Amino acid sequence: MELTLTDIIFYLFAATTLASGMLVISARNPVHSVLWLILAFFSAAGLFVLMGAEFLAMLLVVVYVGAVAVLFLFVVMMLDINFTELRQGMMQHMPLGVLIGLILLVELATLAFAWNFGDDVAKNAASPTPVDATVTNTEALGALLYTDYIFIFQTAGLILLVAMIGAIVLTHRDRTGVRRQNIGAQVRRKPDDAFDLVDVETGQGVTLPPKKG
Amino acid sequence: MVEALYNLFGVEGDFLYLLAIVAAVLAVVLPLLIAVAFTVYFDRKIWAAVQMRRGPNVVGPFGLLQSFADGLKLFLKETIIPAGANKVIFLIAPMITFTLALISWAVIPFDEGMAIADLNVGILYILAISSLGVYGIIMSGWASNSRYAFLGALRSAAQMVSYEVSIGFVLVCVLIAAGSLNLSDIVDAQAGSVLNWYFIPFFPIYIIFFISALAETNRPPFDLPEAEAELVAGYQVEYSSMAFALFFLGEYANILLMSAVMAILFFGGWHSPFPFLDFIPGFIWLFIKIAFGFWLFAMVKAFVPRYRYDQLMRLGWKVFLPLSLFFVVFYAAIYVYGGFLPTNS
Repeated sequence: MELTLTDIIFYLFAATTLASGMLVISARNPVHSVLWLILAFFSAAGLFVLMGAEFLAMLLVVVYVGAVAVLFLFVVMMLDINFTELRQGMMQHMPLGVLIGLILLVELATLAFAWNFGDDVAKNAASPTPVDATVTNTEALGALLYTDYIFIFQTAGLILLVAMIGAIVLTHRDRTGVRRQNIGAQVRRKPDDAFDLVDVETGQGVTLPPKKG
Repeated sequence: MVEALYNLFGVEGDFLYLLAIVAAVLAVVLPLLIAVAFTVYFDRKIWAAVQMRRGPNVVGPFGLLQSFADGLKLFLKETIIPAGANKVIFLIAPMITFTLALISWAVIPFDEGMAIADLNVGILYILAISSLGVYGIIMSGWASNSRYAFLGALRSAAQMVSYEVSIGFVLVCVLIAAGSLNLSDIVDAQAGSVLNWYFIPFFPIYIIFFISALAETNRPPFDLPEAEAELVAGYQVEYSSMAFALFFLGEYANILLMSAVMAILFFGGWHSPFPFLDFIPGFIWLFIKIAFGFWLFAMVKAFVPRYRYDQLMRLGWKVFLPLSLFFVVFYAAIYVYGGFLPTNS
């Protein structure tokens, strides 16, 4: 088997993804964990590019690396976590974690080795995927998403919107006694509203008019 | 560009192809770094001219070599790593900033077919790489283990994430008109004369893009991450020597990149404004347009006072986001119902 340039690049990305995935859970410092996670996302995007799914690769970087992971990093940096304290409960929760891991492993193994598909399933599941090599995968995705799957696509968007509004409603606190800036009112304010010119005669006092808004 | 270089060899082979890629990268990066040095000089000169000063005028004729002298000085200085810093991340952060600023240039078409990688998703690539730029800053802020640096990094991260949203919507407007994510196709959609350039139909979103680009590159009036009055120098405060130089170069390479993207999206890229000027090569036109874009950046720096942080956030989320969303719907409606949609695909 001859190793082409593409193969070498594939193994490079794959090895980076796996190694940084391992380091996410083994790194002692949580900020390092998040940084390894970002590297894992990034190399996964590289794998997508190698598969020809360049649109997905770019979305992965824009959405996960550029936005989600930034918020992760934000939260982890701001939190003051005592890690020696966190690790104390580790042995206590170990059996549960091992159990869940085993169940997942068995499920994966079932899917991979012991699952039999019916003869016609492939036909039913096959979407009208444009296989034509001349269509870029951005166009192919658009042609599928905005035609056959438009309702599912819109529903997914609505669910995300509801989740967003829900998060805002849950975390919003209506604090009283906060001085807020009303930029519209500030812009509309004229010099006449703000001050009066008063001629004061020498030796005489002046009675100030009531304060204006 | 890579293909053209590869064909020069006349022989086939993986190794030679790799060599062609390296040659293409060098052909872009070396002029870019020299351009960055002169960009810093022009920035200072324009700033000085607005304030009726002379600016750098000692090193070389008209002070042209000032940036190189500064670079040499930074190179010779001692690299200081704070005792409480996380050493690895502290040193990686400026490298990331610098590298990210350079790799975006891979998809910029300098002329017909003159891009290192003419990606089909070129504009998404630029968006993706610019969204990564925040990591260099946030990592440096955290690794410095300093209050000033950390606050500057947090500000910057929030700022860049906020303004990326409206930049994304601006890009969508342009994509509707061009019908492609490929930067060369977007440039070709503006071929002909100055009347076909997108800054005429898209003038309002061009303004939004320009202001968002200022915020995205941390330029004044949005240079809050390094606001010297309150944060000393923000995330750069603990950096010295070459690490600082990398941040500095990366920042200016990003500004040039934003000017280049502006030229490609709104000013017809390598195309000449009038057909009778077509004999001038395309990359010279792109160069002139990038220089114009940078001139705008420099002028804004010279005469606009710095925003307050809450005003900056308000501008991003409460003004630009609704406005750019509105313009996406507006232009989509015009293009769909007016029958202007591109039919090439």
